[in-house]
Amino acid sequence: MIQIQAANLDYKELNEKLRETEDDCTIENCCGQRFIATGMAGRTVTIHGVPGNALGAYLNGASIVVKANAQDAVGDTMNDGRILIYGNAGDAVGYAMRGGEIYIRGNAGYRAGIHMKEYKEKVPVIVIGGVAGSFLGEYQAGGVIIVLGLEAEGKRIVGNFPCTGMHGGKMFLRGNCEQIQFPSQVTARAATEEDKKELKEHLSAYCRLFDLDLEAILASPFTVLTPDSKNPYKQMYVAN
Amino acid sequence: MGVEFIYPEFEVIRNDNRCIACRVCERQCANEVHFFNAERGVMMSDETKCVNCQRCVSLCPTRALKIVKSDCKLRENANWQDDTIKEIYKQANSGAVLLSSMGNPKPFPVYWDKILINASQVTNPSIDPLREPMETRVFLGKKPDKVKRDANGKLLCELPPQLELSLPVMFSAMSYGSISYNAHESLARAATELGIYYNTGEGGLHEDFYCYGKNTIVQVASGRFGVHKEYLEASAAVEIKMGQGAKPGIGGHLPGAKIVGDVSRTRMIPEGSDAISPAPHHDIYSIEDLRQLVFSLKEATEYKKPIIVKVAAVHNIAAIASGIARSGADIIAIDGFRGGTGAAPTRIRDNVGIPIELALAAVDQRLRDEGIRNNVSLVVGGSIRSASDVVKAIALGADACYIATAAVLALGCHLCRTCQSGKCNWGIATQRPDLVKRLNPDIGSERLVNLVKAWQHEIKELMGGMGINSIEALRGNRLMLRGIGLTEKELEILGILHAGE
Ligand code: SF4
Ligand code: SF4
Repeated sequence: MIQIQAANLDYKELNEKLRETEDDCTIENCCGQRFIATGMAGRTVTIHGVPGNALGAYLNGASIVVKANAQDAVGDTMNDGRILIYGNAGDAVGYAMRGGEIYIRGNAGYRAGIHMKEYKEKVPVIVIGGVAGSFLGEYQAGGVIIVLGLEAEGKRIVGNFPCTGMHGGKMFLRGNCEQIQFPSQVTARAATEEDKKELKEHLSAYCRLFDLDLEAILASPFTVLTPDSKNPYKQMYVAN
Repeated sequence: MGVEFIYPEFEVIRNDNRCIACRVCERQCANEVHFFNAERGVMMSDETKCVNCQRCVSLCPTRALKIVKSDCKLRENANWQDDTIKEIYKQANSGAVLLSSMGNPKPFPVYWDKILINASQVTNPSIDPLREPMETRVFLGKKPDKVKRDANGKLLCELPPQLELSLPVMFSAMSYGSISYNAHESLARAATELGIYYNTGEGGLHEDFYCYGKNTIVQVASGRFGVHKEYLEASAAVEIKMGQGAKPGIGGHLPGAKIVGDVSRTRMIPEGSDAISPAPHHDIYSIEDLRQLVFSLKEATEYKKPIIVKVAAVHNIAAIASGIARSGADIIAIDGFRGGTGAAPTRIRDNVGIPIELALAAVDQRLRDEGIRNNVSLVVGGSIRSASDVVKAIALGADACYIATAAVLALGCHLCRTCQSGKCNWGIATQRPDLVKRLNPDIGSERLVNLVKAWQHEIKELMGGMGINSIEALRGNRLMLRGIGLTEKELEILGILHAGE
């Protein structure tokens, strides 16, 4: 395990140091450095302190553990691997993510899971332990987004306009979400036993890693959101 | 029929004396215009479906066919023209947005055709390119502001990453999905042979074409289709697509019907699912945000590749380009409003954006005025139609040109402007295997090489005539240009004098 002292390094120097080795690394005193572990594969980077924007962009199989909060654009266009955040994450978590998992213990900002995709067995997953901001799963084209709303203290589990433009994938929100408005092109329904089985698969690693009671979480009702059509704009055009 | 009927635009004229009922036209027309009437033993046609792609005309062995514009027109009216009225009918029939393809066909001024090139006479002799060396090579990327030397006076030659082109022409972005596998292969092979670059567009890179990586520019658009580490690594440069000349301000949308087989795998979305690229990048709302994407791509490629930012030519393009030049991007690509597309809403294609000539002149001037022209190279596209357009663009300040419509024309496109249908009879804008195989990549790449080589000769001749022997010496040399029939304002923006001055 290599230790990197980040206190006096800018992001370029820090990332160069990370690239110098192929071993697992711990970054100490991280303070807003951007682009950490961009495109990285096959190892674990543990971060103490707060990493800057675009943490794990294009991540290609590495594991990142953040012991504090993270900022915007975590896992931008991530392809594979896992990002674990003990605190909150900023806006646009998992933008256009195409594989791997992002597990957030706390809350996520706006536009989490925007334009996530999937192809065959490659299905990305985002789990948000707290609440999510507005535009959750905007343009979602695939993958799974789960929001648990733990310790939400009366806060709404998701902000305004969730699922806008959603045309693929699946979203699970804990609770029955009666007060939340969804766009007309998605179907919201209560989770069935089948759905719960699927949820259990996605949540068991999450609960193990964050030391949470899986059964207790699964005991509450969940709302499932799926798009009605893979071709939301089909009827919109006429050839000219 | 009835109120919904719109009289066909074209007539199929078959010379019965020549037609031998071989049924080639029937097999060639994916629009199913031609059919054989067994009872009467003759070929017939349903011209309501004809798009005038000229495939049957070109393939008919006895030259029995021609397609003509129908003269069955509505009553003439300069205000309510035939097209305008028919567009109203189509929308009243469907309630839908009009969708078109290829570049803006409206009669807007083409400034290239109002600019004339200089030549040397008597003094400053012209150069014969057949006899004397003529340098068409260019390098795209950030250039240093000053010459640097080490303590011993030795020149420090380390430059930011550059793209080397044998001539200032590249194939611009066309995605796999909007065009076919064979079209991509033709472009990739031609770019490799020519020592230039082709551009994947936003649909990812098919695994068969990674071998052409060093002549490939890969694109990252708002939908991020097919973007991953190996894709970025395979490339010579990465282009961030912010906009496209044919449809500034709106995103891309490849209908699910075209997301089949390899296209779906390359884009990494399920078959049949729409591929939607949102209008903005939802993580970019400022130059600072753009800078973040630029540098995340630089980090991902370890600062070894130039990053291009592509934008559409719009009203404030000079200020926008100035921002991009400060974002850390190495190259700015500007796409004019006549640029082509596989599909765009008609109203946007025909009414949004500005001509590339004016955009280029304004941007080059602005970057010079601000002393940041060396921060970036400028690549322009959006209807570069010939070697003389290239020469004029370079003299106006471009470092290189992007061509796409000209390239697909070389591949056989007949500009029928119905790419959006997915039934391109020339095997270009289609994913139907029976149509794709009509485009042979051996022939396609050869025709592209022919075209670009021919332009290279012409560029050399035009430069030689001016007494200029390198693109370097032509770039931004607006004294080599004169306007014809332009207003003072237009001349002012173009930064050129009128002919005779
Ligand atoms: S669509 Fe093309 S191939 Fe078919 S009839 Fe018209 S010109 Fe011929
Ligand atoms: S690419 Fe094909 S469909 Fe598109 S304009 Fe050219 S010939 Fe027509």
